[in-house]
Amino acid sequence: MKKELKLKVNGQPYDIFVKPKTLLVEALRDHLALTGTKRGCNSSSCGACTIMLNGMAVKSCSILALQANGAEIVTIEGLAKGTELSPLQKAFLDHGSYQCGFCTAGMLMATTALLTENPKPTKQEIKEGIDGNICRCTGYNSIIRAVTAVVKGEYKEAK
Amino acid sequence: MSEYSVIGKRVHRVDGPEKVTGSAKYTFDLVLPSMLYGKVLRSPHPHAKILKIDTRKAKRLVGVKAVVTGKDTLGRKQGIWRRFPELCDEEILCREKVRYIGDPVAAVAAIDEDTAEEALDLIDVEYEPLPAVFDPLEAIKEDAPQVHDGVELNININRHIEWGDVDEAFKKCDHIREDQFKCSSQAHVCMETHDAVVSYDYGGKMTVWTSTQSSYYIQRLMADMTGLREGDIRVIKPPTGGGFGSKFELDSAQFCAAILSMKLCKPVKIVLSREEEFTATKRRTPMYYFLKLGAKKDGTLLAKEARVITEGGAYTAMGATALYLTGFFSSFPYKYPNYRYDGYRVYTNTAVTSAMRGFGAPQSTFVGESQLDMMAEDLGIDPIEIRRKNGMTPNYEVPGQAFIQSCGLHQCLDKIEEHVKERGKLPPNHGIGVSAYGFMSGGIFNWFDTPYAFSAAVVRINIDGKVDLFTGACDIGQGSDTTLSMICAEELGVRLEDIRIHAADTGICPPDLGAWGSRETLMNGNAVKMAAADCKRQLLEFAAAKMAPNIVYDFEIKDRWVHLVDRPERGVSYFDIVKGAIRGKDGNAIMGRGHYTPHRKGMISPAYSFGVQAAEVAVDTETGRYKLLNVTTAHESGTVINPVGIEGQLEGAIMMAGGYGFCEDQPMDEGKILNPSIADYKLIRSLDMPETDILEIDTYEPEGPFGAKEAGEGLTNPTAGAIGNAVYKAVGVRINDLPITPEKVLKALKEKEKKKK
Repeated sequence: MKKELKLKVNGQPYDIFVKPKTLLVEALRDHLALTGTKRGCNSSSCGACTIMLNGMAVKSCSILALQANGAEIVTIEGLAKGTELSPLQKAFLDHGSYQCGFCTAGMLMATTALLTENPKPTKQEIKEGIDGNICRCTGYNSIIRAVTAVVKGEYKEAK
Repeated sequence: MSEYSVIGKRVHRVDGPEKVTGSAKYTFDLVLPSMLYGKVLRSPHPHAKILKIDTRKAKRLVGVKAVVTGKDTLGRKQGIWRRFPELCDEEILCREKVRYIGDPVAAVAAIDEDTAEEALDLIDVEYEPLPAVFDPLEAIKEDAPQVHDGVELNININRHIEWGDVDEAFKKCDHIREDQFKCSSQAHVCMETHDAVVSYDYGGKMTVWTSTQSSYYIQRLMADMTGLREGDIRVIKPPTGGGFGSKFELDSAQFCAAILSMKLCKPVKIVLSREEEFTATKRRTPMYYFLKLGAKKDGTLLAKEARVITEGGAYTAMGATALYLTGFFSSFPYKYPNYRYDGYRVYTNTAVTSAMRGFGAPQSTFVGESQLDMMAEDLGIDPIEIRRKNGMTPNYEVPGQAFIQSCGLHQCLDKIEEHVKERGKLPPNHGIGVSAYGFMSGGIFNWFDTPYAFSAAVVRINIDGKVDLFTGACDIGQGSDTTLSMICAEELGVRLEDIRIHAADTGICPPDLGAWGSRETLMNGNAVKMAAADCKRQLLEFAAAKMAPNIVYDFEIKDRWVHLVDRPERGVSYFDIVKGAIRGKDGNAIMGRGHYTPHRKGMISPAYSFGVQAAEVAVDTETGRYKLLNVTTAHESGTVINPVGIEGQLEGAIMMAGGYGFCEDQPMDEGKILNPSIADYKLIRSLDMPETDILEIDTYEPEGPFGAKEAGEGLTNPTAGAIGNAVYKAVGVRINDLPITPEKVLKALKEKEKKKK
């Protein structure tokens, strides 16, 4: 019944067996214990489960794990280099861009994917980049300020 | 060295690194060895008798470990108004009758969620549907179905507040307005749904990990419902993904997991689905509001009368408090010499209504600020001017109710007036609406019947100078862990990184009411400050003995430097003093205790915050759609402890309170909520979020720690009213029922056109 799934997550290859109905978010959280990725709705509406799949922001509750076979995935656990936080993570800390923190992984992955694709987004493009992600605490504007600060080069990439 | 060294500084939250790296472990993430997964079966009927529950088939399913119903409980009813047994009306696992769609009837524990889900389908429940009632105006009629037996006219509770001579005062008014409003419901939409892991062991002890706003409430209520002793239940709050008023009552995830775990002596985890979160947890109280307001020609408000009927839903919950607070805050923030409030909370066969950020005050502020603008227009007075003329001032007594010490309302009005003037002449169909508000810094009421101090803290200093702070305060995202750590560091004279906070674990922290009513900065802040001061006193005793200065000098600690206040260069390192002081106490770590319970502070709260907000909208008259362009808030919350925290509270409140005015709603059909998903429940996303500007006003609250007061819930009060007033300014239509949707605006525009013709 279970099928083989090969994934590379945060640079680490995994070879696991999952049911055909297993969602990617379930594979990450329940099989690989990467619980940084959250799950807020199961209907691709809240964005808490956003990860990067082959460089693109994807809601991991919106695809089956087996559809991601062979993919390269980055989750929130893969953003820091060793103990050095990514520019966006540092900017989120400085700007208070999180409160309860439950949407934060999704927000960081959505904005990381945005800057990978478009390193100089306008404010409108930043807003569009996180429109699929709900934050019930911050009102988004502190997140937009953090991303803007990174775009302006205020934070250096870890080596 | 008198300036603060920690408070007022822009710091990283103490839980920041774990939250931005995904390493924070929420209840949602917890997995224990041999843990089982639970699911809850809920009523599909709004009102029905339970004739029979057959669980045999479900129990036979491979992987199912236990199935429980109301028969497996002690059959008790619980509620958060513990002083009033008649208001403890919720069984959680219903035995004889269900009262709303979503009322729990059974729960299953199995080896995984899929199996538990499958088992739910195998439970046969035989119901006898009963006539149901959904609208409080229907439920209050003589022949309406009875939601709870013996409750006359389904009136759950009523509240009366009065001062002055209202009827006489109306006779003296030059102008009287009577208006009706309808305030909608709202879902909290915490990003982490309600969840719990409960582990009951063979030794008879229970540990509960849960997403909560009050570990102590859950501990106490769980003890009431299970018959265990309070001390045998340890409730731990891991990082919590939002609360907003939805998470301080005992809920079905916690209780069902507990009953299942007690059957099995194994840990059981229950996570509510998003649909359950929308349909079977509490929500904001919908209210019918009838307002009468009387004024003199010059705009002096002489009398106000508010009559309110609220949709209670099936049980009492915290709705009784919301009923009281909406009545009190209907008088805010103005000096009414004569005021009367009558509120009725009515049981209905709908999902339970209760607390939500602002706690009745967003409703009263929306209706009050809308009507005040209408009154100003009738009298030909500027909206800011009428607020200035009647607004509360420092050291004002709300007759027989409350004493207001600090109050920066008038400075806030000045700032917002400047802001509106600066915007100058607006383009066509643009409008700016203002709304003034106030809120409490924690409630004084004790219907929970706690025998403990409202807040308490313990501070322990270790040999290396690291400080452990123990508090029952619950950080649900609002940042109390950071704010309280800052208060502790400031009082003790150390750095923020010297503090390690241990919060909301009943096994090690003193009991505390938790995070509701915007209470933690002031109440927990005072307790923490007292505990830190206790430690400091012990350190300074040793410092005085060691340094032996002239007796006229006294000591202080700032930034880890223990010194003479008048000669700051004469001092000793904090770390050296700690080492010596511990030696001088036979090796005992330095311990300090603090507590806070408001005494002689009136009936509502020890302190109040104030503010004025201006919302700017642009209306498309073709479609009725409008954009929230900018929301500017002049706010005063006493001394600002944590500026980054306040910005976050303010901007976040605008998302939630703006949503209340703009789009959030829970339409129902025969008690069924029609939009129980995030796809269908519209809330403000980044593209709809307005610009948010903050104008800070300096005040100092004598009752608060370092002069601080609340900065959390009050910010949810003004926005719906400001939006309503802005839409009116923009296109001349007034919407009296929330939310102010494009459909309603368009309909009103068309009616206005018709009238012109």
